[in-house]
Amino acid sequence: MTTQIPLTGQEPETQGAAPRATDQPLLEIRDLEVAFSTGAGEVKAVRGANLTVYPGQSVAIVGESGSGKSTTAHAIIDLLPGTGKVTGGSIMFDGRELVGVGRKTMEDLRGREIGLVPQDPMSNLNPVWRIGTQVEEALKANGFQGTKAERRERVAGLLAEAGLKDTERRARQYPHEFSGGMRQRSLIAIGLAARPKLLIADEPTSALDVTVQRQILDHLETLTSELGTAVLFITHDLGLAAERAEHLVVMFKGRVVESGPARQILTSPQHPYTQRLVASAPSLSARRIEEAREAGVESVELLAQHADADVEKVRSEDAVVVAKNLTKIFKIRGSRPGASTDFKAVDDVSFTLGRGRTLALVGESGSGKSTAANMVLGLLEPTSGSVEFDGVDVARLSAKEQFAFRRRVQPVFQNPYGSLDPMMSIFRSIEEPLRLHKVGSAKEREARVRELLDMVALPESAMRRYPNELSGGQRQRIAIARALALKPELIVLDEAVSALDVLVQAQILELLGDLQRDLGLSYLFITHDLAVVRQIADTVVVMQDGRVVEHASTDEVFEHPKEQYTQDLLAAIPGRDLDLGLVPPAV
Amino acid sequence: MRWYIGRRLLQVIPVFLGATLLLYALVFLRPGDPVAALGGERGLPEAVQEQIRERYNLDKPFLVQYLLFLKGVFTLDFGVDFRGREIVDVIAGAFPVTIQLAVMALIIEAVFGIGLGLVAGLRKGGIFDGSVLVISLLVIAVPTFVIGFVLQFLLGVKAGLFPVTVGRDPNFESLLLPAIVLAAASFAYVLRLTRTSVAENLSADYVRTARARGLTRSRVTGRHVLRNSLIPVVTFLGGDLGGLMAGAIVTEGIFNINGVGGTLYQAITRGENVTVVSLTTVLVIVYILANLLVDLLYAALDPRIRYA
Repeated sequence: MTTQIPLTGQEPETQGAAPRATDQPLLEIRDLEVAFSTGAGEVKAVRGANLTVYPGQSVAIVGESGSGKSTTAHAIIDLLPGTGKVTGGSIMFDGRELVGVGRKTMEDLRGREIGLVPQDPMSNLNPVWRIGTQVEEALKANGFQGTKAERRERVAGLLAEAGLKDTERRARQYPHEFSGGMRQRSLIAIGLAARPKLLIADEPTSALDVTVQRQILDHLETLTSELGTAVLFITHDLGLAAERAEHLVVMFKGRVVESGPARQILTSPQHPYTQRLVASAPSLSARRIEEAREAGVESVELLAQHADADVEKVRSEDAVVVAKNLTKIFKIRGSRPGASTDFKAVDDVSFTLGRGRTLALVGESGSGKSTAANMVLGLLEPTSGSVEFDGVDVARLSAKEQFAFRRRVQPVFQNPYGSLDPMMSIFRSIEEPLRLHKVGSAKEREARVRELLDMVALPESAMRRYPNELSGGQRQRIAIARALALKPELIVLDEAVSALDVLVQAQILELLGDLQRDLGLSYLFITHDLAVVRQIADTVVVMQDGRVVEHASTDEVFEHPKEQYTQDLLAAIPGRDLDLGLVPPAV
Repeated sequence: MRWYIGRRLLQVIPVFLGATLLLYALVFLRPGDPVAALGGERGLPEAVQEQIRERYNLDKPFLVQYLLFLKGVFTLDFGVDFRGREIVDVIAGAFPVTIQLAVMALIIEAVFGIGLGLVAGLRKGGIFDGSVLVISLLVIAVPTFVIGFVLQFLLGVKAGLFPVTVGRDPNFESLLLPAIVLAAASFAYVLRLTRTSVAENLSADYVRTARARGLTRSRVTGRHVLRNSLIPVVTFLGGDLGGLMAGAIVTEGIFNINGVGGTLYQAITRGENVTVVSLTTVLVIVYILANLLVDLLYAALDPRIRYA
């Protein structure tokens, strides 16, 4: 509803590029340099960044992790982590220079003039204080005059304003009693408590489900425009940035590589990095494919995977995995002894994955998709129903059969930082499954590891290195190489690309596609991100609260979603309504 | 919260039974006959030995002995020791001074450990932090009896600031130096734990967010850093109270305090099993109560615990 305003409702050019002539900039960053001192010397995180925000304007800094976008934002309010220091340039806020001012001035400024909505709602509220107390702190610290009762009332009002209900009771609760979305709303209430002129929103919704994300961003947008607050968004998601901000600033390796009105950046990106970003942002890919079709582009890369995706074509004898009426019930311990309740995590779920194909289980957190995946992997026993792998019930395998089954089915998990043993060299990590299953001699195993590294496009030299020396994308490649070591038939990818930057994500998805073509792999792809699904899956199973709400081919789901829930999910992908200049993928 | 406390109280029962059974078994299954030892070189006449065995229930099977002992615990009638003293009196004589000593030591280590640890954690990497760390390492490395004798000699004998020994009539002043000695090692651990915990919390997201909403540094430190940092420290302190009472044996020896340590040591060397088990049982109870207190304190500090 309100989401199109910045692009189609008004003329963004007049607002963004040529701002109201009479207005003084609210925030003006010139040649900002930020460095972190490490044992090995100074590391520059921001190199000469320029940025201007006018009163009431919304500006987004877009970039991947390590681009310096968050560092820039934290430099404004002097909350750089660790050894970070502003080493050059100036930050003018409302006519005042902020670089080098004392602690007291900064404390006065924070909250009152510049608010912050931080990234991760789970870790940004102190778990030992009530929500209301933490909002109240923001009032007290910023000169709210009034009695205790007035303060309480104001807290309830702020929480209500941020979209929480039953606020009197909610204010007395602790963070762990709140869902992620509710916590983020509380953080918004805190950020706006003292009516700052500028609100820095640092990836405010990246940790939330898409539908929740959309609600919260809509709300934040309405609220800030009512209050006339300028917003500086920090995000890695180009689609989201373009949808929510009038003006975009693209950062890459500490430098601002491009800045301008959102629509202009999307339709005609100038810098090669921005072009790549536009080309691979997954949230835009759905849009990209549609536009490609309309333009008659028969791009193999874009369309090949979906060409003959049709559920009907998967004949039952070709099926690798058949899940029948899968149900899993967990017992939840109650607040007192004996008061346990049943929780149906997965409720009567059936699907069929054809050989050499990709089936995506899509759902928000708590939808039961990972539980279903664990049952397919044989890690959890179904309460009722069955998973058949190649015609054999996974839950009824003997120990020996299970060992053989593990060889044919391999998982890749979300967090590449957590799934590799930091004490093991890359060689040992990849070799381990081979050793465990007594495959070949030491020589042969080493040759196989070399071959696997080559398959995932990593140099042989990576063998002797350790996980902490590799980037997130490289680690996920290692995890994939390890999964491939035993030549499995099925790979279960549980949010395997969710933790990665967009460009890396695109590379990994491409790699997965290539491997599937070359090796005839089947993928069970678990994700919360519908945007990614379109790039990789043949069939989509949409789950909600443990049940399957829609089960169809990918094109069917994207073009003619039948269920309201699927439609909501699709609508919540940021950037779906954007106009987009189709740029040839330069990856 | 009610269920939380209830569950904790219920957990006390198996812990108590298990610990006392184990103690009883260990002491009574050890080699050597205490009754025979009573007679020294010459030995006692058979009839007298029989009489003593009967009187102390030593002729009955192990489990019966244990149950009789439990009955004694609940009726507060531990019986008499080999010298004819009521064991209840022995306990009443030994525990007050040791408890006073342990509590004083606990307060000293808590106040100084947390205080210095907080400052060190806030200024991690600075000169203060560095010197405090070196000192704490020294205190940990040097055994208690060395610290005890050195302080006794320097502050007690040479400077005359403190009474050299405690003796029969313990009071706050005479117990102060022993308490400091007793607290020394644990103080170093509390300091290090607090320091690490504070430094970790300082970089927590919610601390940055608290600063971002305009809170002053002192408020952020007090409300967001310190309270969260105390959670692991409180756990340590609770467990340490028991350790302080048992560990007082060395300190009590140095400063001539007639507390639990000395009494227990004498009972062990004399083979007075009933006295040993009784004293240790009281120690177990103190330990359990201290941990119960920690659990409650824990719940007060961390709301998440109350519902777990």
